[in-house]
Amino acid sequence: METKNIMIVGVGGQGSLLASKLLGRLLVDEGYDVKVSEVHGMSQRGGSVVTYVRYGEKVYSPIIEEGEADYIVSFEKIEAARWLSCLKKDGKIIVNTQQIDPMPVIIGAAQYPTDALDKIAEKGAFVDALDALSLAEEAGSSKAVNIVLMARLAKYFDISYDKWIEAIEKSVAPKFVELNKKAFELGYNY
Amino acid sequence: MKQLLIGNAAVARGLYEAGCNVISSYPGTPSTEITEFAAKYEEIYCEWAPNEKVACEVSFGASLQGARTACAMKHVGLNVAADPLFTLSYTGVNGGMVICVADDPGMHSSQNEQDSRHYAIGAKVPMLEPADSQESYDFAKKAFELSEKYDTPVLLRMCTRIAHSQSIVETGERNEVGVKKYEKNPAKYIMMPGNAKKRHPFVEERTALLTELAEDCEFNRIEYTDSKIGVITSGASYQYVKEALGDSVSVYKLGLVNPLPVKSVKEFASKMDKVYVIEELDGIIESHCRNIGLDVTGKELFSCIGEFSQKTIAEAMGKEAKKAYDLAMEIPMRPPMMCAGCPHRGMYYVLAKNKVTVLGDIGCYTLGAMPPLTALDSTLCMGASISGLHGFNMAGGEESEKKSVCVIGDSTFMHSGVTGLINIAYNGSNSTVIILDNSITGMTGHQQNPTTGYNIKGDPASKIDLETLCRSVGINRVTVVDPYDLKECERVLKEELSADEPSVIISRRPCVLLKYVKPKKPLVVNKDKCKSCKKCMSFGCPAISMHDGKAEIDKTLCVGCGVCSGLCPFGAIESEVQE
Repeated sequence: METKNIMIVGVGGQGSLLASKLLGRLLVDEGYDVKVSEVHGMSQRGGSVVTYVRYGEKVYSPIIEEGEADYIVSFEKIEAARWLSCLKKDGKIIVNTQQIDPMPVIIGAAQYPTDALDKIAEKGAFVDALDALSLAEEAGSSKAVNIVLMARLAKYFDISYDKWIEAIEKSVAPKFVELNKKAFELGYNY
Repeated sequence: MKQLLIGNAAVARGLYEAGCNVISSYPGTPSTEITEFAAKYEEIYCEWAPNEKVACEVSFGASLQGARTACAMKHVGLNVAADPLFTLSYTGVNGGMVICVADDPGMHSSQNEQDSRHYAIGAKVPMLEPADSQESYDFAKKAFELSEKYDTPVLLRMCTRIAHSQSIVETGERNEVGVKKYEKNPAKYIMMPGNAKKRHPFVEERTALLTELAEDCEFNRIEYTDSKIGVITSGASYQYVKEALGDSVSVYKLGLVNPLPVKSVKEFASKMDKVYVIEELDGIIESHCRNIGLDVTGKELFSCIGEFSQKTIAEAMGKEAKKAYDLAMEIPMRPPMMCAGCPHRGMYYVLAKNKVTVLGDIGCYTLGAMPPLTALDSTLCMGASISGLHGFNMAGGEESEKKSVCVIGDSTFMHSGVTGLINIAYNGSNSTVIILDNSITGMTGHQQNPTTGYNIKGDPASKIDLETLCRSVGINRVTVVDPYDLKECERVLKEELSADEPSVIISRRPCVLLKYVKPKKPLVVNKDKCKSCKKCMSFGCPAISMHDGKAEIDKTLCVGCGVCSGLCPFGAIESEVQE
């Protein structure tokens, strides 16, 4: 099979690490060759962050380039727009509608483009937008945004619900398993 | 066992399985996790040293004793450890020694883009370069055999994309090799001229032997597919080449990147119509090929600036670009910034307000350079703020001394700041040094250091008392301030700038991200009191923004530090949460 590409994008500190850990574990268990790549360090301090997840028979490059992503999972609204050029023409975007103002917007040097998602849709890209923050809060913690979004991604995957749950059980600390399972259920059935 | 590991964790596993006993390192992105993961193995003694030179020398001592040992650092850390490295090449080893060095093409988290292969060439030691986690593990393990067989320290070169990418690794069990016997051997280990003169020929012979090894070894391989185009490459570049060009080209993949093979490269090239050298950063393999008389194409197509990707390779090779969306829309940048509640921000606010010239250093606090504070004037390398300020003031005289300071973190001060402070005291510039003591090595992800009172395992350790240290080197004026108390910070700053002798201000408050720092309830803006003056915005806290003309506080980000509340002239920022 051709290598499949998933990008997880967001703002440093939003919890994309757990999302990629979960995904990586699941894909290895499914028997794929997998590469998960992200940058640690300075860019994590509230900056724009990206994680590349690639899987298939044999994966070479750890990163995803323009026009290559099958899925972009965005933890924040304009981050989806920032990375749109990486999406394949028939790729899908799953996006949390949360707005987090970057510093240039905070200090008034730039405007937050609130219509970013409409603009993406106008270009003909597939956009699945949801308020993952509210669903995560409903599950018990705003931190579960990552699991809600992974659940949304799972909808498009040929991997059973139970296997995702199993991967969650293996990826999170025991005391957070129930919360995350709830978050997954809410995201999946939204 | 099959596991998904980042390259750095795979290196740690390889070191562990090879029977490594002692690891000493200084944190630095993207190398930090090597030592963090290694510290999880009971069998290895691991430590954070104050800097890379110390780490490398600790590793030397462990090798001299007969243990397998390693140290890890980022590329610029090897500059600091270069002094022991160059002579370690002469002494060679007793127990095997591996020096892990991580380059950062693209400068994701670094101040320059230097290529550490130059060190392997300069110091005349072998360097291995893995291309994924499996190789990171394999090479780390085999590096010890290479080190002991050829009597040399071995450099293991990582780069950001290998160090921080997870891929599948098949791991094994630890081989307990024990500690070799130490025998006194002055001719080998005392590098004074008479002995060193005899060791230099050994180094040259060793390079000749290693070059022979390079011709046919397990680290290098050739993937023949076609005789039209041949590519010579290594590390992450290999992955991009395979991704972009697949089996349409033959590839000579180098894992031993110093010394480079001669005969086998010539032979490979002779079978190809055209040969490309594709390597990130400098054209080192390319120069080697030219030196041995080969006609290759390299840096004229593949830049020495920045990171590669499959796209850069495909474009340079004239392949059509992939179809991509073009949003044609301005997306505001989202640069990294100091966290909400960051203790550095208070001090920077005061420095910016007083229009002080600030020589900066390396750490989270380099972000003080960003708007709206834009408080920094320079950042060079670890420790350069203090020594630089001394030179700045010596050249600028009293006028400079009255309005210039330097800022340096606690870990950076321990790393190489204290020597600069000694210079200020000894050579007597009237400089004002600010130590931003957040009680942790922050930027690299919270590593302990000699000022925190804990070691790498989190166990209690000797704690350096910064005040006593500064006084003992000859600084009489040492003041501690809380950076959340802006008024006090400003008072002390003015006082110390006008003092007639050097002074140290310790701006002390732990990093808000530390587990033991419990956030307070988020603050709220009383919209009736807010007069839209934007004074709070000048503080540059990511939790505060303006919406519909009024300030607003993001309750998911605010940690309730309360500094903004003191800034508001109208008392509009209140501490009670209104339901």
